Amino acid sequence: MRFLGFLLRRVVGIAAVMIGVSVITFAISHVIPADPVAAALGDHATDAQIAQFRAEYHLDRPLPEQYVTYATGILHGDLGRSIRTRRSVADDLADSFPATLELSFAALLISIVLGVPAGVWSAISRGRLPDYVVRVLSLAGGSLPVFWLGLIVIGLFYYQLGWFPGGGRLDTFVPPPTARTGLYVLDSILAGDLAALRSSLVHLVLPALTLGYFSTAVIARMTRSSMLDVLGQDYMRTARAKGLREPVIVLRHALRNALIPTVTIIGLTFGSLLSGAVLTETIFSWPGLGRYATASAVSLDFPAVLGVTLLAAVVYPVANLIVDVAYYWLDPRIQHG
Amino acid sequence: MGKRAPILREPLNVVALALITAFAVCAVLAPLLAPYDPLAQTLSSRLAPPSAAHWLGTDSLGRDIASRILYGARISLIVGVVVVALAGVFGTFVGLVAGYAGGLTDEALMRFTEVFLAFPPLILAMAIAGALGPSLTNAIIAIAAVTWAIYARLARGQLLSLRRREYVEAARSIGASPVRILARHLLPNAIAPLLVQASFDMGAAIIAAAGLSFIGFGAQPPTPEWGVMISEGRNFISTQPWLSLFPGLAILFAVGAFNVLGDGLRDVLDPRLRRAG
Repeated sequence: MRFLGFLLRRVVGIAAVMIGVSVITFAISHVIPADPVAAALGDHATDAQIAQFRAEYHLDRPLPEQYVTYATGILHGDLGRSIRTRRSVADDLADSFPATLELSFAALLISIVLGVPAGVWSAISRGRLPDYVVRVLSLAGGSLPVFWLGLIVIGLFYYQLGWFPGGGRLDTFVPPPTARTGLYVLDSILAGDLAALRSSLVHLVLPALTLGYFSTAVIARMTRSSMLDVLGQDYMRTARAKGLREPVIVLRHALRNALIPTVTIIGLTFGSLLSGAVLTETIFSWPGLGRYATASAVSLDFPAVLGVTLLAAVVYPVANLIVDVAYYWLDPRIQHG
Repeated sequence: MGKRAPILREPLNVVALALITAFAVCAVLAPLLAPYDPLAQTLSSRLAPPSAAHWLGTDSLGRDIASRILYGARISLIVGVVVVALAGVFGTFVGLVAGYAGGLTDEALMRFTEVFLAFPPLILAMAIAGALGPSLTNAIIAIAAVTWAIYARLARGQLLSLRRREYVEAARSIGASPVRILARHLLPNAIAPLLVQASFDMGAAIIAAAGLSFIGFGAQPPTPEWGVMISEGRNFISTQPWLSLFPGLAILFAVGAFNVLGDGLRDVLDPRLRRAG
């Protein structure tokens, strides 16, 4: 019961934030100096064309009425029609979101696989060379512009060494696997399509490493810091005094406790990956949400911009909710606190 | 012998402060330090590699990259300072009002703040910058608009922990006005975490502005802005990598220095947060 109450409170909180998010994005895209009509129809549109466009997008109605129409549409899964692609925004998002999700998952996986061991290694080698190496790399990860790193990585691994492709999700002549989830790696495994699997994996390497560097750095820093806290606790001394071997102490006693704050950071990181994805997708011609958002914002396609912003703003609190639920099960103190 | 300031005891902090000083000096003295006009095109020496005449080479229009980076420092410093000033002042004001007023005002302001914290910053900044029209000024407004909320939360948190202290009660009992209590007693004691955040945000604002410029929503060519320079070098990454390499390194060092300073300030100003090592 207590868990259900906790979950309900969080879901209501997210719904309230989403109403605020929709009001703010709506205000931004409607109370703007730029003219979406001129952007869509050009300077030579006739009065009749302009009037028809304004009626089609409800721009001839008062703002509050426009918002109510929009919000009612959202509740029915209708995010409006894109001015640029002339398709339903919900369909556009359904097409581009899986690509971003695949990239973000791959980046997150890389960050966890590299970040947690790097943080542990740094903590147990405190003050020695491996510690300095990890700390400098973490510092660089938090200070590098992701779009610049992407360019450098393409220059080195695509142009100079030719090890990986420099953009896109698949080789030109490899057909996409049968769409089930829109995540090419998963779809090609489900379809048993080895050519698509190989191609999608090699295309994922450079963008995922680029996008994942920042979160790897954050996770390594957090793991190092919480490992150092835990390693100084009394029960660690007890474990050593009992004569336990160092790997057992580090992995079974220290790491399990040190991972709790790391889990929080992983949840927060997932939200920030979406921001990084905008730039990474631009560099790697990755047909995801970020590239769709950029193209939509450039052409003042406000229904599309609203849709992307709304979707992106849902992902962040939902990722945090998943972390909180995981926390609730992981840490008994929260259940009884 | 005088004791060194606590922040200077860590060698990395000294390096960071030296870099920030160098960055500020370059920004202020760019016209004196730059060997060339950052906008002057010399097509005969276009795409020249680094040499004695052009330390960091030239770009596709023959402009001197070192001179453009020096002028770019000026733009990045202005972006960082203005974003932090706008977001810091507005966010702190909202947080202090919410924390001091309490009740419904606090609830309403904090829900409003939470909405801004829910957006992925770059996507919201892009929507705002796109709506206002691409320019450096609009990019600054957009970045400040996605940055202020964290200050509101920090300031409110600090205020809640301070407002029951004896010295606040004492000020109230002698009839000090709420504005005076906020400005003279609460703000000075709440400032430490805000300063730490400001240092991190200087770096974050520089990266965000460069990112917006890179995708066309910030400074526009031929402005010698670091993000614009990286974008201009994009098509030459396989043959003349220095076009993008050096402006990127400039961002890395400037942002890295502010991040190290932020860590250092946090350690010095709030020993409770100090991490071992």
